[in-house]
Amino acid sequence: MTGRQLIADTENTWCPGCGNFSIQHTLKNVLADIEKEGQSLDNVVLVSGIGCHAKIADYLNINSFYSLHGRTIPVATGLKLANPDLTVICCSGDGDCYAEGLDHLLFAAKRNIDITVLVHNNRVYGLTTGQYTPTSPRGFKGKSTPLGTREDPFNPLELMLASGATYVARGYSKKMDLLRNLIREGIGHKGFAFIDILQICATFFPVADYYSSHVYDLAGHDRTDFPAACVKAREWDYNSDAPIALGTFYQKVSPVFEAKPAARKLSVAERGQAIRDLLEKKT
Amino acid sequence: MNDISVLVGGKAGDGINSAGAMVAQLLNHLGYRIYLYFDYPSLIRGGHNFAIIRGRETAPGTCGLRVDFVLALDQETVGKHKDAWKADTALIFNKDLVKSTGQGISIKEILAAEHAPDIMGNSAIIGGFAKAAGIAWKTVEAVFSSHIPKGTDQNLRVAKRAYDMVETVHPLVPCDNPPVPLLTGNEAIGLGMVNGGLEAYISYPMTPSSGLLHFLAEEQEKLGITVVHPENEIAVILMALGFASAGTKAAVGTSGGGFCLMTEGLSLAGMAELPVVILMSQRTGPSTGLPTYSGQSDLLFVQHAGQGEFPRFIVAPGTAEEALYWSEVAMHIAWEFQVPAFILSDKTLSENTYSADLSRVPKTRPAEYPLWDKTVPYRRYADTPSGISPLAFTGTGGAVVKVNSYAHDENGITTEDAGIVAKMTEKRLRKAEGLLQAMNRYPQVNISGNPAGMVALLCWGSTAGVCQEVAGPLGLRVVRPVVLSPFPAEPLRKALEGAGMVIAVEENATAQLAALTGQHGILCQKKILRYDGRPFTPDLLRDRIREVLS
Repeated sequence: MTGRQLIADTENTWCPGCGNFSIQHTLKNVLADIEKEGQSLDNVVLVSGIGCHAKIADYLNINSFYSLHGRTIPVATGLKLANPDLTVICCSGDGDCYAEGLDHLLFAAKRNIDITVLVHNNRVYGLTTGQYTPTSPRGFKGKSTPLGTREDPFNPLELMLASGATYVARGYSKKMDLLRNLIREGIGHKGFAFIDILQICATFFPVADYYSSHVYDLAGHDRTDFPAACVKAREWDYNSDAPIALGTFYQKVSPVFEAKPAARKLSVAERGQAIRDLLEKKT
Repeated sequence: MNDISVLVGGKAGDGINSAGAMVAQLLNHLGYRIYLYFDYPSLIRGGHNFAIIRGRETAPGTCGLRVDFVLALDQETVGKHKDAWKADTALIFNKDLVKSTGQGISIKEILAAEHAPDIMGNSAIIGGFAKAAGIAWKTVEAVFSSHIPKGTDQNLRVAKRAYDMVETVHPLVPCDNPPVPLLTGNEAIGLGMVNGGLEAYISYPMTPSSGLLHFLAEEQEKLGITVVHPENEIAVILMALGFASAGTKAAVGTSGGGFCLMTEGLSLAGMAELPVVILMSQRTGPSTGLPTYSGQSDLLFVQHAGQGEFPRFIVAPGTAEEALYWSEVAMHIAWEFQVPAFILSDKTLSENTYSADLSRVPKTRPAEYPLWDKTVPYRRYADTPSGISPLAFTGTGGAVVKVNSYAHDENGITTEDAGIVAKMTEKRLRKAEGLLQAMNRYPQVNISGNPAGMVALLCWGSTAGVCQEVAGPLGLRVVRPVVLSPFPAEPLRKALEGAGMVIAVEENATAQLAALTGQHGILCQKKILRYDGRPFTPDLLRDRIREVLS
């Protein structure tokens, strides 16, 4: 199917000013680019979790698997192992991916499965109306923590570098051109690509002014230098006041996790023979 | 009828399971049908393990209480199982470690004489057994050659020394059967799944399901399947659903604790209408319970697991032959109806070894399900009279496939519209009606013993063998629903027609099958329950039946 209308007719229920709009449109542009380059979008699948971000599954007219909270990655892994020709993109939230589904994120990085994970990191639970997430700053006053949180946030970039991710980047929903490049790179990367996207939540965590005044482009950074990537990743800890680098922190070529030994589908006759051989061994 | 039992015991790490398997193969090659019970505590080394191998002219399906031979590799084998001895039980033991009456052999001396490693010690005890049982040396040679491919000759020399030291005590009479494959329930389940088109098996290790993971992982190249062991059971079932949405036939396996973690994924399979086959092999619960012992206490859990209402298929095979057949059927049902399909096993079925006479396994008909006819746009959840939507898979050219865990419309787009929600709920539940109808093609309820018996034992799963053995001489009827969802109420009612008393026999503390039949107006007057992790033995069950009937 070519030349499809990528934005679906579905009614959109994101809040006005929500950072998800720019992520959606960036992704739409990336998909259009991919199609222009001759790849069929029939082989692209979007896996989403549950949360505001996840509505993107309904809003983009491509294959999608609207999964469970925190469970984008195992579904995406199954899809990719089943059909290595698929381009598998996960849209996940910060509560989704860093809380409920953190184990899957770490393991996907560890095994270097060839999927691309976009974390819509608005640093707050939006759809459940305003609780702290693993990346909310210390002292965050949400509905479940009215006195302020008493724990520090995760630094997802550090987590990913420690877990073996082979592509680690950070984007920002108000820098759409950069984000477009990062997503393109992530999809093109052979292996596990992770992009943390700082996203504005207009209703519960509207920090656009802070981000806009602190972000800078990682131009000149050597993305193959792991120690340098760690230093850059630690510059801002999602908590203290510091410059916020955007771009690709780290990239490395590494063997990808495949269904190995590459399972060759057997004919019914071959399969029958294999079973008979096994039964003979058991007799 | 020829009917003999052999107990092999030793410390964990002594390879008791493999020694038991060799004894079973010797009997297999004498034409005996086999049941091998393996008992081991949850530890790696030390502790007492034992296997009881029973051989009979017709398939036994359970162990007796008494044994004809004891093969002792540790002192506990002699000390712990005295109640299993008969007046003429023959003992073969390793006299380096064990003090006993009977025939002792020094494994240490035999190994030294053959310069053989410790691991070959079991071959000595098996050689000793073969002679005590009057098994011809050429049978021993044939069985060693096909089942010990590494170091066959040295193992045979070790066995021969013991063979020559021991006197024949109980010469076995060969039976008039050809040897057949000996399979654990888990292996039979795996082969049934592969016969049913399995392409990917995903599992996190948990006793007593792990045997299936190990078997399929070992044979994956030969069978052309993908085997994945991910981070936890949540990932297991979600990965399987990812596989299914790409059109790959996947199955998962676990036990109760792991299945607890799978329930959100199970409910997703129900809502998103994704086929998945689930081996749920029960052990003694609740919680960690007894990891290496059996139980039947998860029937109602499996029946009700997962939020919301959706159809599911549950089958509880009673033997390896049934496991072969029904696991294949489960694969077909999952794909025909786009539902989760359970194979409900337990430690007894999963880990014990059975003769699998393939001539007794019925042929299944291939799965038939509608594929997308290329009408655009593809609607993943198209409403049809049967409730079954034609399938297109993620990656199918021309189709936009939208799978959704939310309430959704026919296109797979999230909706909160009351009318659509009700309509789609009814669509999913219509599949349950079709499933119930389709079940009429299958032998859902098994009847054995005396079909006209006024007293009926009602059982399910791995207690099939013991109930059948006890019921025969007592003139009782045995009725066993093999399919447990959709519940075969009508066939079950028919099977119980004329029975004045129904006795539920279950390995749980609350009689879960009786509770289930009660919901359909089928009442059990008496209950015989065992819940200490050990399977019923014929002697125990016979005593309990007599108590109930007196």
